[in-house]
Amino acid sequence: MTVETKEKTRDRQAWMGLLGRAEARDLARLWEGFGPLPAHEILRAPEIGGVMLRGRMGAVGDAFNMGEMSVTRCSVRLTDGPDGHAYVQGRSRDKALQAALTDALMQSDAADEVRAKLLDPLAEIESQRRASRAAKAAATKVDFFTMVRGED
Amino acid sequence: MYVAVKGGERAIDNAHAWLSEERRGDASVTELSVAQIREQMTLAVNRVMAEGSLYDPDLAALAIKQARGDLIEAVFLIRAYRTTLPRFGASRPMDTGTMACDRRVSATFKDAPGGQVLGPTFDYTHRLLDFKLAADGEVPPAPEAPEGAPPAKAPHIMEFLDREGLMQRDTDSKTLPRDLTREPLELPATRDLRLQALTRGDEGFVLGMAYSTQRGYARNHAFVAELRIGKVAVEMDIPELGFAIEIGEVELTECETVNQFAGSKTEPPQFTRGYGLVFGMSERKAISMALVDRALRWEELGEDNLGAPAQDAEFVLYHADNIQATGFLEHIKLPHYVDFQSELELIRKLRREAAAAAQDAPREAAE
Repeated sequence: MTVETKEKTRDRQAWMGLLGRAEARDLARLWEGFGPLPAHEILRAPEIGGVMLRGRMGAVGDAFNMGEMSVTRCSVRLTDGPDGHAYVQGRSRDKALQAALTDALMQSDAADEVRAKLLDPLAEIESQRRASRAAKAAATKVDFFTMVRGED
Repeated sequence: MYVAVKGGERAIDNAHAWLSEERRGDASVTELSVAQIREQMTLAVNRVMAEGSLYDPDLAALAIKQARGDLIEAVFLIRAYRTTLPRFGASRPMDTGTMACDRRVSATFKDAPGGQVLGPTFDYTHRLLDFKLAADGEVPPAPEAPEGAPPAKAPHIMEFLDREGLMQRDTDSKTLPRDLTREPLELPATRDLRLQALTRGDEGFVLGMAYSTQRGYARNHAFVAELRIGKVAVEMDIPELGFAIEIGEVELTECETVNQFAGSKTEPPQFTRGYGLVFGMSERKAISMALVDRALRWEELGEDNLGAPAQDAEFVLYHADNIQATGFLEHIKLPHYVDFQSELELIRKLRREAAAAAQDAPREAAE
């Protein structure tokens, strides 16, 4: 893989991850502001399924199966354009379709607009939510100190 | 033996209609929404997700509503739904080292690097009923640290003992884990299967087993080296893309215990570890899982079998699943008329024989 394709892959992984983690209602609201869905053909209609989640023994050892997570996947092709794929958490068919279209548009000439109107606001929502939780957690940070016991 | 019966359709329909009405309760009281259960009965939702083996807070909340708050019935509904889902694949093993921790405490190191973070805990509450909750009342937002968020990643505390070589190491041999939802559990069960059975096992059962080890059955004095709760990314390899992407994130509770170990024929004296990892904020379950995991490791660590229940993999693993247990337990309330008829015949016959023998006995004695 060339440096350029590696970078492209990393970029795509970042937006696909953002779409996967996003709340369905946030993505739906942003798409409403973005406009009607672009002309497309469905390669794989939104399909609900499960993915087995794995942990590691002792956090670092061999893998073990924990349980599944609900996931919806979808694939589209823009008319005269690239394919878009989505694997997103939850059971929202709309979210999966919107995520697949976003993925396709991000590989088209509309990428800059999509990034500005969909991905950047989505990233902002996520980073605010994370920052707020982290700041609340930080407010509960303690320093325990050991008392000398009363007995001799 | 259960023998099929026919009939009673109308009675069954009416019973279910009444169940729906009872589920709704007093119609003058506002109905619960699934979103309310999801947001305000979070720990019940977490338990149903963990024991139902499906991370989906909306479905777990729906199941709790449908089951009238009977969490084992809700787990049953989730397990039944889960079997209808096509499986797209498996995630990469989740990296809890990258967890965004809401809570992180250590009972072994007070100066844990990265600090001790209490998070939204019941610890240090007085366990007094709060009658303010019975009245309406908005809660003010929780304080945020003025300096904002700390560095995102906190290293696992176990790593520091690992470095000194005092800790038995868990290593990654890249072996694919077996899945007890795809093949029946067979003994001896490897640790991957034991951990899967424990993480989806009944919280009360796993707690009881863990407690028994603390009280002296297979004594393994455990310290909680670290307990952490927070969100972890789920990453999966996508065949049509040829690379991995994050497909979501889940809340997990992880517990690592460190246990005394005097050494054995095969291992030098060192600390050993027990491990718990559970969906959602499920602290009691994660600690319990770690203790039972450690007790079940006696054989691979070369310890003695003390004959304790928590060391008995067959006993623990075959009784931890509350859906299997409920299914077998509750089937005895279903019609067993034919079975019981034969039991009745048998007991009558035995009594006739016993009575006849009693009548004969004094006569024999007299003769």
